[in-house]
Amino acid sequence: MPDDLINSFLNAPDEKGRFGDFGGRFVSETLMPLILSLEAEYDRAKTDESFWAEMDHLWKHYVGRPSPLYRADRLTEHLGGARIYLKRDELNHTGAHKINNVLGQILLARRMGKERIIAETGAGQHGVATATVCAKFGLKCVVYMGAHDVERQKPNVFRMRLLGAEVVPVTSGRGTLKDAMNDALRDWVTNVRDTFYCIGTVAGPHPYPAMVRDFQSVIGKEVRWQLAEQEGEGRLPDTVIAAIGGGSNAMGLFHPFLDDRSVRIIGVEAGGKGVDDKMEHCASLTGGRPGVLHGNRTYLLQDDDGQILEGFSISAGLDYPGIGPEHAWLHDTKRAEYVSITDREALDAFKLSCALEGIIPALEPSHALAHVMKIAPDLPSDHIIVMNMCGRGDKDIFAVAEHLGVDL
Amino acid sequence: MARIADTFARLRSKGRKAFVSYIMAGDPDRERSLEVLRGLPGAGVDIIELGLPFTDPMADGPTIQAAGQRALGGGMTLEATLGMVRAFREENDETPIVLMGYYNPIYSRGVERFLAEAKEAGVDGLIVVDLPPEEDDELCIPALKAGIDFIRLATPTTDDARLPRVLENTSGFVYYVSITGITGSAVPKPSDVAPEVARIKAATDLPVIVGFGIRDPESARGISEIADGAVVGSAIVSKLAEGGPIEELLAYVRSLADGVHSG
Repeated sequence: MPDDLINSFLNAPDEKGRFGDFGGRFVSETLMPLILSLEAEYDRAKTDESFWAEMDHLWKHYVGRPSPLYRADRLTEHLGGARIYLKRDELNHTGAHKINNVLGQILLARRMGKERIIAETGAGQHGVATATVCAKFGLKCVVYMGAHDVERQKPNVFRMRLLGAEVVPVTSGRGTLKDAMNDALRDWVTNVRDTFYCIGTVAGPHPYPAMVRDFQSVIGKEVRWQLAEQEGEGRLPDTVIAAIGGGSNAMGLFHPFLDDRSVRIIGVEAGGKGVDDKMEHCASLTGGRPGVLHGNRTYLLQDDDGQILEGFSISAGLDYPGIGPEHAWLHDTKRAEYVSITDREALDAFKLSCALEGIIPALEPSHALAHVMKIAPDLPSDHIIVMNMCGRGDKDIFAVAEHLGVDL
Repeated sequence: MARIADTFARLRSKGRKAFVSYIMAGDPDRERSLEVLRGLPGAGVDIIELGLPFTDPMADGPTIQAAGQRALGGGMTLEATLGMVRAFREENDETPIVLMGYYNPIYSRGVERFLAEAKEAGVDGLIVVDLPPEEDDELCIPALKAGIDFIRLATPTTDDARLPRVLENTSGFVYYVSITGITGSAVPKPSDVAPEVARIKAATDLPVIVGFGIRDPESARGISEIADGAVVGSAIVSKLAEGGPIEELLAYVRSLADGVHSG
């Protein structure tokens, strides 16, 4: 359905957890009763003022929200076109947007009486955020991480262990995020009675995609009033841009603007070495087709026989072969545009952010910035772009050094 | 042509329990996989579950995961799996074959096309792990219309309130998953499983078969004493992975069948 036939984008998903044809609850029977009770608990919490009061308190005093909306003047001047704002979610406690969602899920887990938390992680940011909040609340935490990612994200592995989490290196498949998610699901199905699965992105069975989006939407909601504060009452961004692996930071920025049709929405996928038939990328929307994996129907990288392919990216946070189902829907309805950026372009953006703004970005938002660099010069100076700087780059300096041929 | 119902009727008339065995299509390679498949009925197997290989088998333990990877590594596909069923049917028109796997390869092929091909090849039932009753419109209802049984898993977390929903569109038999966990893990205790089987049987006339974690003739017998039959999967697959002669594997299968049939 084209977007002009949809009254509102804020009513999805439906009661079956569908965003159009995407989403759903494709899980084994063992998990189904728990998924239903989680949905019921979340429905109660959503309308419970005390739940949001506790969230707001923790967001403010523990995470450091609101994160600044920063006008990047040197970047704007350098690109010579649109006015560029960065939403500084890399300044959150633990250095990325991930903790926005983790806090919400852990508060829910506490309401459900679960004492053991499991999580999957790619780059390690979601794992670190989960380990952090578990330490704060005295909960047992087990993080599944692809063995390949354990190797390339050593600092985050050490952080998680310092925080008291058990990090389980996953060797099945190619040892990346998708395989970590498989093993987390296997753990969950085995320990379903006492365990809460804290999913790090807007994917998985309903209600996860909607729930994680709601927790991350704090990003876009803040942007609305922060921009009005700096640019005048009622001023909305003309374009919002964010990087996408599973797509949680992007969904968090986009969602509060979905019904503002004047706002152009752009998601940036990881193009790896280039989106072509060699499949050395993670651009599920640009290079994949609909399928069912990890509890939801969405766009997936897969072969002709429906076997899932491994993604490829310089960024461990983006190399997932799927994407959140709401993005798949926004893509098909054309409400949002999705583009891809190569490793090389992301590295150039990474360096530019360091040089011009004194911000070392994570490789994930470097992809978003690379697309800003492409479009900003051709836009007028009164065009406002808001880009989500969703994570800081400390974790990536080793990977970047290697790509730049520097021996640390 | 209702091979599953006919098989249970025949077993019932002999006072015997059903022995269900699982192998992965294409494991360790296509040729040997077909040879094992053809040998199973002669080794006492009443119903065959044939695994459809998938890259991301979220409900399976390391043994079945490895089998799937071996199969995929050898180029196994959904089409070739149906080809195996066709080849089997050339000499056996009696033993039911249930395809067991995950939804994406089927969805990728197209549900209507897959069902027509599966029916024509001689497939009797489907077990698709990641399709709970909430998603019945996807494959379950179309399969029933196409004359293929849709066999649902019931689990220890399926409580009384939910059980009717799970049984509603189930046909052929009910597969009770004896543990909360993945295939090939903990061994179930018959004393834990018995009341669960009784609970399900009170709600349906379908046979209740128990699987997950059964790995030797003794545990197979223990389970078949309290249910309508037992499934053995990982234990057979890991024996196959050891690479011995196929006669040896089939002799092992025979010992499991004897365990079940004595129950």
